[in-house]
Amino acid sequence: MIAYASKYYDRLLSATLEHLEIVVITLLISLVIAAGLTVACSYSRTLSRILLNAFSVIYSVPSLALLALLIPVTGLGKKTAVIVLVIYNQYLLLRNFLAGLDGVDRSVVEAATGMGMTHMQLLWKVQIPLAKKALIAGLRIALVSTVGIATIAASINAGGLGSILFDGLRTMNVAKILWGSLLSAALAIGMDRLLLLAEKG
Amino acid sequence: MNTAIEFRDVTKTFKGASYSAVDHVSVTVNEGEFVTILGSSGCGKTTLLKMINRLYEPDSGSIILFGEDISTVDVVKVRRRIGYVIQQIGLFPHYTVGENIATVPKLLKWDKEKTAARVDELLELVGLKPDEFRDRYPSQLSGGQQQRVGLARALAIDPKIMLMDEPFGAIDSITREKLQSELLDLHRNMGKTILFVTHDIEEAFKLGDRVIIMNEGKIRQFDTPENIIRQPADAFVQSLVDSALAKERFWERYR
Repeated sequence: MIAYASKYYDRLLSATLEHLEIVVITLLISLVIAAGLTVACSYSRTLSRILLNAFSVIYSVPSLALLALLIPVTGLGKKTAVIVLVIYNQYLLLRNFLAGLDGVDRSVVEAATGMGMTHMQLLWKVQIPLAKKALIAGLRIALVSTVGIATIAASINAGGLGSILFDGLRTMNVAKILWGSLLSAALAIGMDRLLLLAEKG
Repeated sequence: MNTAIEFRDVTKTFKGASYSAVDHVSVTVNEGEFVTILGSSGCGKTTLLKMINRLYEPDSGSIILFGEDISTVDVVKVRRRIGYVIQQIGLFPHYTVGENIATVPKLLKWDKEKTAARVDELLELVGLKPDEFRDRYPSQLSGGQQQRVGLARALAIDPKIMLMDEPFGAIDSITREKLQSELLDLHRNMGKTILFVTHDIEEAFKLGDRVIIMNEGKIRQFDTPENIIRQPADAFVQSLVDSALAKERFWERYR
């Protein structure tokens, strides 16, 4: 295993970086979309119910199937992978974001509304700061899930650590399988720690 | 005397309820009056109050503040003209006491010095030393102190009308007595119109220039405490007065 790493360290490194790239791009896009949807949902319970139901249905589709479904539309490669990962994240992020905002003490929200805060002021000055923990918790779940599902995206030529993993599986090369899984686990844990630090900082 | 608040045949029924929380209520409150609204839970007193700052919208009828129908005014503007104090207080836990009080002045973009001066003035007014309390967080205060801050926050931009929803309901009786007396002093000195919801008959009669007695969404009697005790309008009011007198006799036994 060590021998494999010393021989192919450049391949491992580039796969890790590629993985990181997919994850970071996915998370950034997911976050922007989820934030917008959350704000929209905060205006309408009906909308939030519809969206959550829709995303939960999509979330229950296996990732391999969803990737395959999109190939005719967006082709093979990273773009399709990112789209699928972003869609999956919407369920995790939106559900956690809305639950977080909903969990803010009702009397605080009532006082803020009663004193004449607009809907946006209520969100920015009261609900979001008070729900910060829950919001970051949601982001962390999305992060770990993205790192994991991104390995499967290698099956549609998106690259990343999944390509090493699948190579290993095809050729029964234990070193490759192990490195692929270990590095992706390390990536998930490392990035999760970073978010945890951001929450405390 | 000017009319501060007027309800014109206001009705509100909540979705799925078989009765009206507020049932064809018409009532007028004069400027500068301290009116308490008394009733047991579910009688519609809080609903009546919350329609004034449009946390609830009436199904029919209209509510007039100083001659203006509030349904025609921007909801945020209506609320900023009204001080609102609730039993759960609802201080912002992530803001200091000073920042809590300064919330609305900040929304209105007052300059820093004016805001800071106003915060200190208000803290003094509600009996908290500014230097000691300004930078504390709500979690570091007792319930009574928190409600003092709640009151200061509601007074921040000097609203003409104060709505208070059982503000002292969760506060121990000794502190409550004190806060009640201080609120009376505040009212005497500032001449604000106060609508104060309570289920405590003693509190209602002690504080109110006039008392609204509500039951099942209707106003049973609206008069001075004296007149209510002398001439209860109906059996319900009578039973309310009787219950207070019975309590009195209970304590008399231990004298």
